Amino acid sequence: MFYHALQIDEPRCIGCSRCMKICPTEAIRIHGGKASIQEHRCVDCGRCYEVCPAQAIRIKDDDFEDIRQYPHSVALLPAVFMGQFPDDISVSRVYATLRELGFAHVMEVESAAMIYKDAKERYARQHPDVRPLISSFCPAIVRLIQIKYPSLTENVLPIKVPLDLSAMYAVQELVSRGIPRHEIGLFYITPCAAKVAAVKAPVGEEKSLIDGVINMNLLYNRVYKHIKDQGKNHQYPPLSRQRLSADAILSTLTNGERRICTAKRSYAIDGIENVMDFLEKLENDEVEGVEFLELRACDQSCAGALLSVDNRFLCGERMYARARKAAERERNGEMARDREMEQYKDYLIDHAVLDEVQPRSMMVLDPDISKALEKMEKIEQMKVRLPQIDCGVCGAPTCEAFATDVVCRQASLHQCVFYRLHLEQAGKMTLHEGRTNMYAVWGDDRIGGEIEV
Amino acid sequence: MHQEYTVIEGDFVNAGKASSSVKKTLKQLNVNPQVVKRVVVALYEAEVNAIAHAYGGKVLVDIDPDKIRMVVADKGPGIPDIAWAMQEGHSTARPEVRDMGFGAGMGLPNMQKNVDRLNVTSEVGVGTTVEMEVNFS
Repeated sequence: MFYHALQIDEPRCIGCSRCMKICPTEAIRIHGGKASIQEHRCVDCGRCYEVCPAQAIRIKDDDFEDIRQYPHSVALLPAVFMGQFPDDISVSRVYATLRELGFAHVMEVESAAMIYKDAKERYARQHPDVRPLISSFCPAIVRLIQIKYPSLTENVLPIKVPLDLSAMYAVQELVSRGIPRHEIGLFYITPCAAKVAAVKAPVGEEKSLIDGVINMNLLYNRVYKHIKDQGKNHQYPPLSRQRLSADAILSTLTNGERRICTAKRSYAIDGIENVMDFLEKLENDEVEGVEFLELRACDQSCAGALLSVDNRFLCGERMYARARKAAERERNGEMARDREMEQYKDYLIDHAVLDEVQPRSMMVLDPDISKALEKMEKIEQMKVRLPQIDCGVCGAPTCEAFATDVVCRQASLHQCVFYRLHLEQAGKMTLHEGRTNMYAVWGDDRIGGEIEV
Repeated sequence: MHQEYTVIEGDFVNAGKASSSVKKTLKQLNVNPQVVKRVVVALYEAEVNAIAHAYGGKVLVDIDPDKIRMVVADKGPGIPDIAWAMQEGHSTARPEVRDMGFGAGMGLPNMQKNVDRLNVTSEVGVGTTVEMEVNFS
């Protein structure tokens, strides 16, 4: 089955159905008073995680202590991690702290941002007939296209993202120093659920190089606490580290890829609903002449990632501030070019191409088109009898989704409260049966008794 | 399976409603994505034609297990010379329609390119009927 990183923590779930209503791919249903995720529809965008009032949605990561299994553990950080910290905590201090916490090596994945750019451009030159090309950067978007816009899968750039490129680089570099591969453990500090899924079940390749993922918010807590515990006068060990260019720092924010791409006409779109609106038009060929699309599931891109600790705009501005500093250093010629990675550039670009992204439509009613047509006729007939107010009391997000579930035998028509009333009036259902059906969806503790006004 | 949609003269805002709805249906039927694309592009062109050049009309869609048949029938000025209009760049669009970016004379040729069978019948002063069929395999 399809892997997804978002999981419902059932004991915590209060069955409020906020997640069901907001899910852009209609992947959530309520059964027995608890939310459940239909895995073939989930793209790990995390809108459910954001609206859950009970913190009942988890992102399944790995144990931090796993890093100790490897003498050469590598922390692969997203640039937004640095954007979480207040101004008085420097990037160097965060790097040093990660070393003190047990990582043997620390690197920011955006150090491969320019190699990613070059690999995309090479692919674009080699495939002049495929336009627009859609960035592979946001894994939630890649999955969204696979399940909902199958005709556009061939437009997705089958190019490894900076995370995978930097992982390849880390392995090459450490192995060249004589370190055996099994002593190297690559740990990605993830800002979101979709990146976890991209590591655990990558699209376009068999297996990711990454050995583990750690949620960014949890690592933030560890780092911040360590810095506070050590106090101001703590002497951090000196370390040499890579400095990111301004372009690399900005690449994870909205417009970050677009502003440095060479395409004549391109768009940068953030927010999964905005992306869906646009893809709908693109599929109809209503958008002409567009060459490149940067599409991100989160509002403000990775600054607004699910596991961002701070407000997306504050985080974004800190990244801009860091980029301004980097740009100044570049202007003054103070930026030592990263010769280390430069050395592996050709190797990385040559190994950046993935298999073509394949569709895996969630929408198909039946593989046999005659049966699918029959089901569709039934759904149409059923829909006009349903109240069409999308109240969600049946445990499905819309009347249409409910009708589809019923026809595909994943729900009972008796779950519709309006239809039950019809049956009760017609003497075909007792009050007791009606209540049993209500409990099946919402659990047996929702009827609170008499209310005095 | 039969579907019907109404298109209203000058209502460019809603251009593409019928083709989007047909698109969703075909995806649910597991029709090859590239075939879906051809259907949607052709139907969208026909929809825009009825909105831009005529006084609105109807879209009738019939889906069988092996093909889709679409009829876009409008009430409008009609096309005096269909063979002429079938050539790229030939357009009878009014200047205000061209100003909106429509009427480049690519409509009928584009439909022709994307469907397996196209039949256009027209009577001047009465209207135009575009019939299109696309095979699923």
